[in-house]
Amino acid sequence: MIAWITAVAQAVLVAAVAPLLIGFMRAVRARLEGRAGGRLVQPWRDLRKLLRKEPIIPADAGMIFTAAPLVLMATSVLVAAAAPYLSTGGPLSGVADLIVVVGLLLLGTVALALAGLDTGTAFGGMGASREMTIAALVEPTLLLAVFALSTRVGSTDLGAIVAAGAADPAAVFTPASALAAAALAIATLAEAGRLPVDNPATHLELTMVHEAMVLEYAGRDLALVEWASAMRLTILLGLLANLFIPWGVASSPHPAALAVGAAVFVVKLAVLGGLLAAGEVFVAKLRLFRVPELLAGSFVLGLLAVVASAVLA
Amino acid sequence: MGLIGKIRDAGRVAEPAPPQPEQGLPAAGLGGSVQVRHVDAGSCNGCEIEVGQAFGPTYDAERHGVRLVASPRHADVLTVTGPVTVNMAGPLRATYEAMPRPGLVVAVGDCARDCGVFAGGYGVLGPVSDVVPVDVQVPGCPPEPAAIVAALRGVSGR
Repeated sequence: MIAWITAVAQAVLVAAVAPLLIGFMRAVRARLEGRAGGRLVQPWRDLRKLLRKEPIIPADAGMIFTAAPLVLMATSVLVAAAAPYLSTGGPLSGVADLIVVVGLLLLGTVALALAGLDTGTAFGGMGASREMTIAALVEPTLLLAVFALSTRVGSTDLGAIVAAGAADPAAVFTPASALAAAALAIATLAEAGRLPVDNPATHLELTMVHEAMVLEYAGRDLALVEWASAMRLTILLGLLANLFIPWGVASSPHPAALAVGAAVFVVKLAVLGGLLAAGEVFVAKLRLFRVPELLAGSFVLGLLAVVASAVLA
Repeated sequence: MGLIGKIRDAGRVAEPAPPQPEQGLPAAGLGGSVQVRHVDAGSCNGCEIEVGQAFGPTYDAERHGVRLVASPRHADVLTVTGPVTVNMAGPLRATYEAMPRPGLVVAVGDCARDCGVFAGGYGVLGPVSDVVPVDVQVPGCPPEPAAIVAALRGVSGR
């Protein structure tokens, strides 16, 4: 029972924090660009307004277009509840392992790509094709990078990996972990659609990946897509944080431990988000045909991490 | 370190924001969040430079909750510049119709209000209000970025 309550609290926390993380990253970027920038709660204001507006379904779109925002949101909420963010003892431990989490994330990606195709517009199809190209290269890296950690623990269960890390932090800082962290960081950038793979602030349709698929969404549907996308960034950054900086994650279902876990989780997210936003000021978007080179590089890092963890362990 | 040094030297470029404007459109119900889609209906690009400045570091419309977006489906406000040319009347109407309701139209610049110096030109259809209903007008040739920001703040309520 307590494990289920923890899972719900986790999902609510991720859903509540995700727009604030976007607001924080925009603020960091604005500060470095010499602007004043918007408020931290601006993404929440945007969502509140969008939720009140009417959704528009294009004349050529079918059921997939209507269903995709719900699928995307549902997968995000499920991952947010199942993955070890506050506590390592989730209600679905043994089921909600790495492969399920990656599969759920991919399900959301595919739903949105199909929705992009479903609109029948040129840009929607282009965005979907690009997103699938990137997803096909990113998902193996996501799996491989965490496999490098799971060989140490002997399980693909994310909760078990984080618990082992929290119990013995010294074991986390190995060459294999460093390689896996680098691979997972690059995969996170690509999966969440951040620079240098995709520019979330672009207005030029020819350079869009994620944006091109959601160009036709309006009102409530757009709010769900934006909210779920923010949650996916939070989910991936949270995984990165808890797998490689495992301190503060509650190992017991005690309320105080969970509160500390929540506070530490938010701080970790803020630090990673701040670093990501600051880093984005210094890089330009990669040309689309150079992206596979970057992702192949991250895959090699993941492969080296697995080899290193098998050989050096 | 080139870029880091420049960031440190430049510091904060944004000018202090003027007090919140009195006039507002309470019916808009946007609650401090305005997404703007811009359409150039035949402008000389003078107004575009000023709109660009309004979203640049100095005037920084983003701090008032105003953001430019890439699709009319995402937009609450359509900013239109220039006299509407014969060729742009259709696309302007289509853009307006693609917006979710309630959608507002801000006519930026003298040309958008009354065709300005282009009035009577063979390619000019008429002012923006002849094609789509206009809610807010920003006079000037071109209008100052501060005036554009003030008009958008009037819509956003912040």
